[in-house]
Amino acid sequence: MAAGNTIAHRDKRFFIAVIGDEDTVTGFLLSGIGNIDSSKNANFFVVDLKETSISSIEDAFKRFTRDSNTAVVLINQNIANEIRAEINAFKKPIPAVLEIPSKEHPYDASQDGILQRVRGMLGQAT
Amino acid sequence: MASKDRLPVVPSRLSLQQMKTKYQGASKGHSMLKKKSDALMVRFRAILKEVYEKKLEAGEESREAMMALAQAKYAFGGELKHTVMETVKDATLTLKTVSDNVAGVQLPSFFKSEAEPGEDGGGTMMLTGLGKGGESINDARDVFTHTLELLIQIAALQTSFLILDEAIKLTNRRVNALENVVKPRIENTKKFIESELDELEREEFFRLKLIQNKKERERKKAEGEQAKVANNVELLTPFNPDKFANPEKATDLIGVAAGVDEDILF
Repeated sequence: MAAGNTIAHRDKRFFIAVIGDEDTVTGFLLSGIGNIDSSKNANFFVVDLKETSISSIEDAFKRFTRDSNTAVVLINQNIANEIRAEINAFKKPIPAVLEIPSKEHPYDASQDGILQRVRGMLGQAT
Repeated sequence: MASKDRLPVVPSRLSLQQMKTKYQGASKGHSMLKKKSDALMVRFRAILKEVYEKKLEAGEESREAMMALAQAKYAFGGELKHTVMETVKDATLTLKTVSDNVAGVQLPSFFKSEAEPGEDGGGTMMLTGLGKGGESINDARDVFTHTLELLIQIAALQTSFLILDEAIKLTNRRVNALENVVKPRIENTKKFIESELDELEREEFFRLKLIQNKKERERKKAEGEQAKVANNVELLTPFNPDKFANPEKATDLIGVAAGVDEDILF
């Protein structure tokens, strides 16, 4: 509940950060979410699972989630699986971490932690 | 738990009154929190279903987006990603938040806010593909923007979901704590004070009775003494005429003396 108070200014602009493979990042950048601030920090991070180390993905994830200007973090599901521990450890409601499918990996609902919870509750609720 | 689990109070009428007020407060708080929990739950259920449906929808949507991107890449050539990444400067698409208040819980909802394509940085994406493949790039952009809108909705729902989940847990914890800990404790304290006051009253009553008895006894005793004294007086009074005012004996005595004894001159 306390984390909800981080939205201090109503007129503030929030960014959408992306962690994903080249295609995903390119696609979303096309829609204009990309931002590079004065200190050359980008709000997107391109991952090539063959080359990019897990720790650098984790670093990027931490950087985005700690940034108070970021409201949503989009991450490819297959990349999310690589840093699953980090994602599960992140419990705050803001920024919202969304897992999105990538080109090679169609969306698998059973791997999304939030969706799992939702499904469990729906099973109980309805 | 029983009688040991109670607040540390001195049993008195004042503290009993305080306990009664406390109990009323706890009951009121309990019912209000319960209402809050119910209100949150209603909202939560609505969000739950929406989150689930939207997430699955987004899966489909992304596949379309990827297809459109593949087309754009084919039209533009392999260098699209570099061109795009290098032209990034300022975000033209950002989010605004509006918070919605449900029973005292702030739920954020995100809204897309598109900046005006500026002359220098803002609109750079618009120029991508000017040379070739412009149409398919525009298509890809539209599809991705649409996907993004959906994702933004999901993000807002997911955030609300997490916040509500937390808030409901918290409220339920409080409700349960009031119901199972605070109220029984106050109840116990009330009972303790009442029994203690009763005990005091009985003691007081007994003490009074005891004193009354004692007084009675003393009174009786005193009465008895008086009666004895009175008896003594009574014993004395009939004695007097018996002894002193016996005319027969006296006359007899005199008569005998006078009649029998002839030697007596008078």
